[in-house]
Amino acid sequence: MTKASSTPGKRVGMTGDEAVANSMAVINPDVVAAYPITPQTIIVEHFSDFVNDGEVDTEYITVESEHSAMSACVGASATGARVFTASASQGIALMYEILFIASASRLPIVMAVANRALSGPINIHGELTDQTVCRDTGWISMFSESAQEAYDAGFIAFKIGEHPDVSLPVMYGLDGFILTHALEGVYPLDRKFVKKYLPEREMVHPTIPGNPVSSGLLALQNYYMEIKYQQEIAMDAARKVIPKAFEEFGDLTGRYYKNVEEHQMEDAEVAFVTMGALAGTAKYVVDKLRKAGEKVGMLKVKTFRPFPEEDLAKALKGIETIGVIDRDLTFGAPGPALYTDIKTSLYDHKERPQVLGFVAGLGGRDVAQDEFNYIYKQVLKNKGAEKSVPVEWVGLRK
Amino acid sequence: MIKKKKHSECDLKLVDDKLTDIRFHGRGGQGVVTASRIAAEAALAEDKYVHAFPAFGPERAGAPIEGFTRISSEEFTLKTEIHYPDIIVILDPTLIGTVNLGKGLKEGGIVIANFAGSMDELKKKIGLKTKAEYHKVDATKIANEELGRPITNTVMLGAMIKITGIVDLDLVCNITAARFPGAVGEKNVKAIKRAFKETESE
Repeated sequence: MTKASSTPGKRVGMTGDEAVANSMAVINPDVVAAYPITPQTIIVEHFSDFVNDGEVDTEYITVESEHSAMSACVGASATGARVFTASASQGIALMYEILFIASASRLPIVMAVANRALSGPINIHGELTDQTVCRDTGWISMFSESAQEAYDAGFIAFKIGEHPDVSLPVMYGLDGFILTHALEGVYPLDRKFVKKYLPEREMVHPTIPGNPVSSGLLALQNYYMEIKYQQEIAMDAARKVIPKAFEEFGDLTGRYYKNVEEHQMEDAEVAFVTMGALAGTAKYVVDKLRKAGEKVGMLKVKTFRPFPEEDLAKALKGIETIGVIDRDLTFGAPGPALYTDIKTSLYDHKERPQVLGFVAGLGGRDVAQDEFNYIYKQVLKNKGAEKSVPVEWVGLRK
Repeated sequence: MIKKKKHSECDLKLVDDKLTDIRFHGRGGQGVVTASRIAAEAALAEDKYVHAFPAFGPERAGAPIEGFTRISSEEFTLKTEIHYPDIIVILDPTLIGTVNLGKGLKEGGIVIANFAGSMDELKKKIGLKTKAEYHKVDATKIANEELGRPITNTVMLGAMIKITGIVDLDLVCNITAARFPGAVGEKNVKAIKRAFKETESE
């Protein structure tokens, strides 16, 4: 088992799940309430070891369902506690109702999502739909490309969520199995770092004895709209807070994250745009294609909510065609989640690329170099097409 | 370690000679996941970069499963299963001839099998059309004698190190001993070292 405070500077082998658990052991949240579900299980299992071994003094609440897990998180967070949970797929679906209450109550709960396909048919493998369907819940939403990013995300998530201008819950995803169960080298952080980067949460009106306040009240035609509007303002505030949280994290660790990460975009004519673990493979493939003389780049969308419209438009200036690869799904919509958001974001920009959509890797189906190779060919084939090109499903059985 | 190889299935030269891709084949319960993890942890301890994970559905004892370990001396971001391995390590001899173990093995790739029969029999049963190097060890016999049960994952790591030198033998022994404290670890280390000696090449 990896100890909570390892020497910084040396990479430690961790799976994505272990990385999340280890990061929480360093953060030492006040309360964790969670229910195990594949492929998230190792996060809570590993963390419960830390509780048992006395490495953290977290109050670990075992619950009978994800609905209860999120409800317990809401109650705990309302007292001013720093609260963490983790879930996936059906678990997220079961806590869906409470997700809205957490954000409307302005509680900066942090949740790791071991992204997994939703039933049916039942499937336990990687897909981002469990998190993309939460886009309207009022949670800040981010994805990770590697175990290191999943490790770092917890620190950054609390930093953003607990900012007084934001005060919103944050979820961050890591692709099931290809990240959650894959061993990688991770540079660990320690409690000294937490002290600097993540001071104690300060809540304006904590629900504690001696300070009676009400929360979670009824608001009808009189106030409902104002409360929703305040959430929107908080989400807008997050647009300013997130880059600062990334920068401060980078200054202390040397690892700088961005809402939209650009890779080989200089002089690129076409680009891949994607999220999560697929971004790692996309980078790798882009480097290979560059070596073969192809003018191709890639963008990784790390922050999904608030959606970084401006960052994207800026990064895509001068690009002719992009292939957006979604490992998620919506039915009967103009296209999957990332694709539709990107198209909408670019509509008002005079100079905008042609946007081609691809659905790949659902239910954990591997999106390997051959699939990227195929997508690249399709991008070149349809580049400059006058008619709109329908979203294409990649890697389907014939 | 792996010589420059090409295969025909990727037409944009996506094969990376810096990466070494190892695919472990075994059955649920035989420690495929542990084998792929110990190999990766050893590489990590040598300051290499790794991505190692199992390809499994809901865990089913006895079902054929694969484990992947990708190792490089340079940082890489590739996040995929291993479709074109440099090395395949077969933990269970009953898979030979029943599962397409050599699928995607690069031209000139390495096969390291737990197999008691002859080298010719091994080649014939694996049935590769492409050129490959074959190595074998009776890992089940070693495991039964040293560990008292036919769990061959650590044994096959010994064979893999003998043939490829991809990670250090002592390092793997240390990691194994730390993972299985006490007598179990000692027995596994002995089994690894025995496989290292007894592995035969064509």
